[in-house]
Amino acid sequence: MTKSILAVDDSASMRQMVKLTLSSAGYQVVEAADGREALTKAKSGTFHLVLTDLNMPNMDGLALIRELRALPAYRGVPIVFLTTESDTGKKAEAKTAGATAWIVKPFQQDQLLGVVRKIVGA
Amino acid sequence: MTAGDPGQIFREEAAELLADLEAALLQLEQNPTDREPLDTAFRALHTIKGSGSMFGFEGAASFTHHLESAFDRMRKGELAATPAMIGIALAAKDHIRILIDDPASADAAAGDGILARLVEQSGSATLSACPRQEHDDAERRASWRVRFRLAPDVLERGTNPLLLLDELRELGEAEVVALTDGVPPLEELEPTRCHIAWDVILTTAHPRSTIEDVFIFVIDETELTIEPLSASASASASVSAPVLAMASDGPAPSPQEPLDAVPQARPSAPSKAEAGPEKGRAQPATNSIRVPAERLDDLMDQVGELVIAHARLKQLISDGVDLQIKSVTEEIERLSNGLRDITMGIRMVPVESLFGRFRRLVRDLSQELGKDVVLTMSGEETELDKTMIERLNDPLVHIIRNSLDHGLEPAADRVAAGKPPQGRIHLSARHAGTRVLMTIRDDGRGLDRDRIRAKAEEQDLIPPGAKLSDAELFQLIFHPGFSTARTLTSVSGRGIGMDVVKRTIDGLRGTIEVSSTAGGGTEITLGLPLTLAIIDGLLVRVGQGRYVIPLFAVEECVELPPDVERRHANRNFLNIRGALVPFLRLRDSFGVRHPPDLYQKVVIISSGDKRVGLVVDQVLGDHQTVIKSMSKLHADVANFSGATILGDGSVALIMDIAQIVAAGQIQEPRREAS
Repeated sequence: MTKSILAVDDSASMRQMVKLTLSSAGYQVVEAADGREALTKAKSGTFHLVLTDLNMPNMDGLALIRELRALPAYRGVPIVFLTTESDTGKKAEAKTAGATAWIVKPFQQDQLLGVVRKIVGA
Repeated sequence: MTAGDPGQIFREEAAELLADLEAALLQLEQNPTDREPLDTAFRALHTIKGSGSMFGFEGAASFTHHLESAFDRMRKGELAATPAMIGIALAAKDHIRILIDDPASADAAAGDGILARLVEQSGSATLSACPRQEHDDAERRASWRVRFRLAPDVLERGTNPLLLLDELRELGEAEVVALTDGVPPLEELEPTRCHIAWDVILTTAHPRSTIEDVFIFVIDETELTIEPLSASASASASVSAPVLAMASDGPAPSPQEPLDAVPQARPSAPSKAEAGPEKGRAQPATNSIRVPAERLDDLMDQVGELVIAHARLKQLISDGVDLQIKSVTEEIERLSNGLRDITMGIRMVPVESLFGRFRRLVRDLSQELGKDVVLTMSGEETELDKTMIERLNDPLVHIIRNSLDHGLEPAADRVAAGKPPQGRIHLSARHAGTRVLMTIRDDGRGLDRDRIRAKAEEQDLIPPGAKLSDAELFQLIFHPGFSTARTLTSVSGRGIGMDVVKRTIDGLRGTIEVSSTAGGGTEITLGLPLTLAIIDGLLVRVGQGRYVIPLFAVEECVELPPDVERRHANRNFLNIRGALVPFLRLRDSFGVRHPPDLYQKVVIISSGDKRVGLVVDQVLGDHQTVIKSMSKLHADVANFSGATILGDGSVALIMDIAQIVAAGQIQEPRREAS
């Protein structure tokens, strides 16, 4: 079965890189530019993984994680967030909010793929 | 058993290596100081060990390791290749073979015995040298006990424990035991929480940090312990004691399971570990058992008798018998037919087992002859009776040798002829109705028609200038003593072989056809019955005797026009849709005095591309029958290949098509001449 992934980032180039990397590995990728758009899309479909940045306009990543975890359909869905090395406080917050895993920026494409595979399987 | 399965490829490779090893050992026995066989043996062992561990044959790999170490020391001059040593090595070779072919049936005790003798012969240094070797070659494989209990809410945060376990399994051999002590009673169970802890005995070449990386996202909330079980595979048996102690300590309230898991996961302790890793892999193999071939033969015999007895029963109750008895008889018919089919199915093996042997042959021969030859195959999965496969070995060896030696040109000639320098031999097998067609094709120079003709004329096989079709001409190569090779080589060309091939194939009720194009190569096609035990036949009557004509050879049945006899008193030809077909009056051949039926039938049979009509009194119909071989007294009776017992208990002889067609063809020119 093709696994579908919701990729949330306000940077278009970042979204494109994520989409390119994951779709070439056989995943189906849907993009969202911020937390609000992501939440709307998450409610209208089913995803096997949500990959989100933390710093975004409108609704940030932390809020998105909390909102998603409040939805019954997303209680057990893996959520991976993007963070930077220095942001240890944010990391702990995101984990408390219910995130499954994280990727430290900057990252290589295969690192991204490695984490996604680890979290949802091939 | 697909052709691309790396495990299968390794098995084939190992079979060749073991054959190399055996040859080298025998050579070494003759000449203990000879360096070359010693190197060959060592290389074979080294490859078996290396590839074996890559393709999951750990049992064979670790066993081979000890032998390899001993041979390494022989190469360094630290050990002598004594006859006792070679005896052990030969026994070990046989054991390795079992470990690779059928690990489930391997006798671990026998393996231990061999190793013990090896230690005795080579001095204790052999085994103590092992850990070092193991260190180098097994990439520092170590066993770890990884115990983890995830945070209860881990599922709600999107972590899938299964994926963690899968990831651990990817690192190496893992024995996973779930510790269910934390699971609450059903009424208290919260399905969204994770209650299970895991105990994993992991054998891996990866360092500890890689194991920790598996838990990277959950490590903060997870109770995780990673303990080394044995840093490297130290050979001492005392390892097991601390291992067991470690496994049973700690908080595990169900210690029994991890206890069991431990010895299985120890990869390379020399003795028990043999059975350990094998055990896991043996699971699918328990679905098959090995049975001596004779028992299958006996079973087939009995089934054959049953089929015959049933046929008699059926005949006895033919009319006017109680319907109930009839229905039971029909029931028995269905059952015995089913039994027969199953029994036949048991005997079927893929021709792969036969084809696989030729890789070594082609490799060796091409080296010997200095030709670059590649062997390709297709249809290896085609199944054929086991007995048949065994008997096909020699004929195919002959044919392949001939192709390599005479068919394929040296590289220079090939290039000059515009062909790629590498010669090609292709083996293929496929089903065609109830027969299997096996083809051996090379892209060599093809058969030399002129030389065959010259040779045949020289040997008085054909009259000078006789008109022969290509197929007829090519059949001459099967004549005893016929060889056109100008020079004899050690490989072929002694004029023995092709006639033996022909005889063997005939004996299997097979056909053999040759086609060849000059410069384009030769193709030899063997047509073989699926089994030797049963034959589909056409039952005919000649006079009062009944005979079976193998159905595969029957082309059609026609009526003998009464006027044929009057018009051509001496010319036994029949016009079958424009083609003249010679025919034999079986009445005459068999010396039948019983008056002929008014309307005689002709059964047209073919062998190769020759056709012959057989004139019979009556065609009784098709008849599947169990073949009984002729007694020794009658073994050389011409024209018959066997016999069968009919429903009424009488005997019908089975005609030997190849011989009868040949007889018909020979008779013809003679009659025409007279």
